[in-house]
Amino acid sequence: MAGIVRLTKVTKEYPRSGVALRNVSCEVDKGEFVFLTGPSGSGKSTLLKLLSFVERPTDGEVKISGYSSVTIKSRDIPMLRRRLGIVFQDFRLLPDRTIEANVAFALEVTGVPTANIGPRVARLLTQVGLASKATSLPHELSGGELQRVAIARALANDPFVLLADEPTGNLDERATRGVFQLLRDINASGTAVIMATHDLSLIEWSGLRYIELDHGSLVYDGTDASRFTADGRRR
Amino acid sequence: MRLAIRESLLAFRRAPLLGLLSITTIAFSLFAFGLFGLVAVNLQAALRDVEDRVEIRVFLADGTSEDAVATLLGDASAFPEVAQAGFVSPDSGLARARQELPEFKDVLDVAVLPASIEVRLKDGFRDPAQVKEVASRLESYPAVDEVRYGEEWVEKLYKIRTIAAVAGSGLGLVFALVAIIIIGSTIRMAVLARAREIEIMRLVGATNWFVRSPYLIDGLVKGLLGGAVALLLTWIASNIISRNLVTTTFFEPWQVGAGLAAGALIGFCGSAVSVGRHLKQVWREEG
Repeated sequence: MAGIVRLTKVTKEYPRSGVALRNVSCEVDKGEFVFLTGPSGSGKSTLLKLLSFVERPTDGEVKISGYSSVTIKSRDIPMLRRRLGIVFQDFRLLPDRTIEANVAFALEVTGVPTANIGPRVARLLTQVGLASKATSLPHELSGGELQRVAIARALANDPFVLLADEPTGNLDERATRGVFQLLRDINASGTAVIMATHDLSLIEWSGLRYIELDHGSLVYDGTDASRFTADGRRR
Repeated sequence: MRLAIRESLLAFRRAPLLGLLSITTIAFSLFAFGLFGLVAVNLQAALRDVEDRVEIRVFLADGTSEDAVATLLGDASAFPEVAQAGFVSPDSGLARARQELPEFKDVLDVAVLPASIEVRLKDGFRDPAQVKEVASRLESYPAVDEVRYGEEWVEKLYKIRTIAAVAGSGLGLVFALVAIIIIGSTIRMAVLARAREIEIMRLVGATNWFVRSPYLIDGLVKGLLGGAVALLLTWIASNIISRNLVTTTFFEPWQVGAGLAAGALIGFCGSAVSVGRHLKQVWREEG
């Protein structure tokens, strides 16, 4: 399988806070689902920032579907981001716009013809199970629903990779499972998903591949969740 | 593009007072420029009129031989700056003076004028420096007693025009700078107020140009409006002066266009300088 995301000896150092990632190499294949875990400050968010090209590595190379952090031109970054879906713990929706307007926003600002936007938004909201809330405002929705809206927006431009930074961090157990199932469904239709999470039980329960970071270094890459019980991190 | 225009309208509706302030400062900056410009334009017209009539009068020493006069006439005509040089005998000089200055008829009846040579310069060689140059060259001839060319007031007119142009440019420049700063800070507020939108635009892959364009259009439109207000004010001022003091000419169409363009440029620059800096700030903090 082709590695759609590849990190080669990636180091990221910040002038003030020091090394955030140290010599990290890994690969994510097309259509794969990978968790990214590790304690706070281990470098998960930095890794996601590198993947979305918000930051560039100090050393090494980040490569996503042919775009390389070494050679990419600034003007190509927006084009890359159109093929990435990005979801955050705090949803990052526009509070003064309706749910459908929030999803439409991603299409409007990337130059999708107006005539195509309406039907596309309706389809996306149906996909995440929120067709009936299209005209609601964000404050009228629950956390789980808000994250579904954010996911619908992330899917707007048909991404080949979905990056999710603690998407269930603010959600209760039930909502967490719902959002996770939605991400699995999206993954099943061929989109690779990289999901950062603290939720070890979710990783354990899913039995999926996870990459563990600690103090900026990659310490584990595999599917063996029994490690969590062994070293006492889970009761 | 339509979305960009819609977003810039939204920005104006959110902070109309700031918008008006920007337009007003641009208008004043260009109004200051316009008033002095008007003075310069009118002086320029007057100068052109005067220049057309610039001539050098070379008075000859008493008893200059005909040969010396002929040599001087020949030499003067051969100067590259000179269009025409002609001999004016004492009699014809007096006759002309009587005709041109009838109020001094009594004096002129008994006056004696020396013979002179009248030198007219070619177009493009009539500014004070060149006139002076030709005059001093003529002065060096032994047959020449005195050279006159109305130097004082030609130079004075030129000086006033230069002062008007410099003062107008200086004052206009200061106001333009103030306008750029004010526009910059309104853009800053607009950018910070919409930090979240901008962040999301970036995340979903809006191009840099797309993120910037509403602010740039905003600045451009405010600049154009400012320029239009300034032109209106200048036009009113010009009319008031024409009615009460002296007849003035207003700007040529291309100068009106340049005024509008200058407004647009000020607005655009103010936005461009500010938007780049603050977008980066927003992106760093939120990204």
